[in-house]
Amino acid sequence: MKTSALRYALLPAVLAGGAALFALAPAAPRVAPDPGNAGLKLPAGFGALVVAETGGKARHLAVSPEGTVYVKLNKPTAQGGILVLKPTATGKATVTSGFGNYGGTGMYLKNGYLYASSDKDVYRYKLDAKNQVVSPSQPELVVAGLKLGQEHESKSIVLDDAGNLYVNVGAYSNSCQVKDREKGSMGIANCPVLDSAGGIWQFKADGQRQRQAQGTRYATGLRNVVGLDWNAKDNQLFVMQHGRDQLHDIFPAMYDEKTSSQLPAECMYAVKGGDNAGWPYIYYDPAKHEKMLAPEYGGDGKKAVTDKYINPVAAYPAHMAPNALLFYTGTMFPAKYRNGAFIAFHGSWNRAPEPQMGYFVAFQPFKDGKPNGPYEVFADNFSGSAAKTASGRADHRPCGLAQGPDGSLYVSDDSKGTIFRIVYNK
Amino acid sequence: MIRSSLLGASLLLVAALALPGAGPAGAQTKPKAKPKAAAGAPAPALLAQGKQVYIQYCLSCHQADGGGVQNMNPPLTKTEYVLGDKARLTNILVHGFAEKVEIQGETYRNVMPAHDFLTDAQMAAVLTYVRNSFGNKASAISVAEVKATRAAGK
Repeated sequence: MKTSALRYALLPAVLAGGAALFALAPAAPRVAPDPGNAGLKLPAGFGALVVAETGGKARHLAVSPEGTVYVKLNKPTAQGGILVLKPTATGKATVTSGFGNYGGTGMYLKNGYLYASSDKDVYRYKLDAKNQVVSPSQPELVVAGLKLGQEHESKSIVLDDAGNLYVNVGAYSNSCQVKDREKGSMGIANCPVLDSAGGIWQFKADGQRQRQAQGTRYATGLRNVVGLDWNAKDNQLFVMQHGRDQLHDIFPAMYDEKTSSQLPAECMYAVKGGDNAGWPYIYYDPAKHEKMLAPEYGGDGKKAVTDKYINPVAAYPAHMAPNALLFYTGTMFPAKYRNGAFIAFHGSWNRAPEPQMGYFVAFQPFKDGKPNGPYEVFADNFSGSAAKTASGRADHRPCGLAQGPDGSLYVSDDSKGTIFRIVYNK
Repeated sequence: MIRSSLLGASLLLVAALALPGAGPAGAQTKPKAKPKAAAGAPAPALLAQGKQVYIQYCLSCHQADGGGVQNMNPPLTKTEYVLGDKARLTNILVHGFAEKVEIQGETYRNVMPAHDFLTDAQMAAVLTYVRNSFGNKASAISVAEVKATRAAGK
């Protein structure tokens, strides 16, 4: 049923392109999509299914080679703060257990360990040969006592291939004003937030009880990074920054509401040790393609900055909140997706009174380890409708991304707790 | 001016419904029992002024429907912070609010900045508007009440 519908949908494109008809030969779908692709809008040939309804605030997730899905919840349920989902024959999964009595965001599986973060600490759980957690109640405390303020509390994590752990410590401030988010309040000189936050810290992935001061401030001037991933192809960390809010609210004479809804860009940075991305002193204007001096530090919306701060490698519309970044290395999807980046845009709030945007998974093509060309909306309509996107009252908000062993793409939603799976059936 | 029109509307209501002891300034009782909501509503001109202030200074965080933003900015609906004690609500507007707060089982963290640059009349209007919008129904907050709260300090 699904396959034939897909064939008809593909038919016009194939005929127009004059492509060989045997491209339509219905290879048995590896995993059957849900009717209507679980409400998602996808490129031709892709399908989606709901893996499970967790009912929790599903932040980041990891999928083992056996197909077990580990989901980190922002707030523990009765089952715990990490849910274990076991796969079934249909491609869906069942929540079989949970552990960890803490909320948080980070979830990453590597080298025989499952790493998880609360808003203060990073833990790791030893996995057995089948990638099952050996002692759910006895994790190792890898990093302890990270800086936690009132905002940007997510401690997103990723590992490189050299035994290092990277942890986001978000700035506990919007723009380092004397009075956070207050109209007209200016920036604090030598922003003290940067001493302990507003950057990425590097730790030993096998360390024990490492304090923040024992780690290395790997990159600074990053306001808040929820989505990050290690690019194995060019052996480099990539991060997605949540740009600053409220230019109009704070400096109404310099920025009208429409301008404020379009500034600054949500930026992708390729990060090397010692880099400074410039928060809170600058923001990136996606129309001018320039780093602008922040109004809190003497800017007026017109003064550009060309100095020590790194440039983004890609820029996206303002306020869409990139909450996950994933370099795709699978073979299920067509070749153009390989080594490109998927980005989960959680969706905006700070564009109001302009219509909200986001609530989709984007694809950023890459070539030679660098973004190549504009991004594409890959999986859309998590919100449920155009009206729900505009109002911001979205049904689902994409927050985490993970690649399954077969190359399918898992997406978590921290609003209703739905876990989606996107497959390609050529 | 605003206050006197409010007073008039409230007095009319009291007379019409013969509600005992529901003074215009001290109407703390929940107005749910009123048969016609419009009868007890603050004057349209006052609500219009409040809406204008809301759009300019509140909407970007609390949103057009007053529902706030998940995990960040608290909703203004179904919460005692809005419907309850008027002085506490007024103080939040005057001095801001920097506590992690739980409403309807959800946690909200973003700092609300002080809005002490608003005039007493703007505050009374926007607070009255918020208490009578998004499904809320609560008594008006007068300019005199705002003045008294501001004079009392935090």
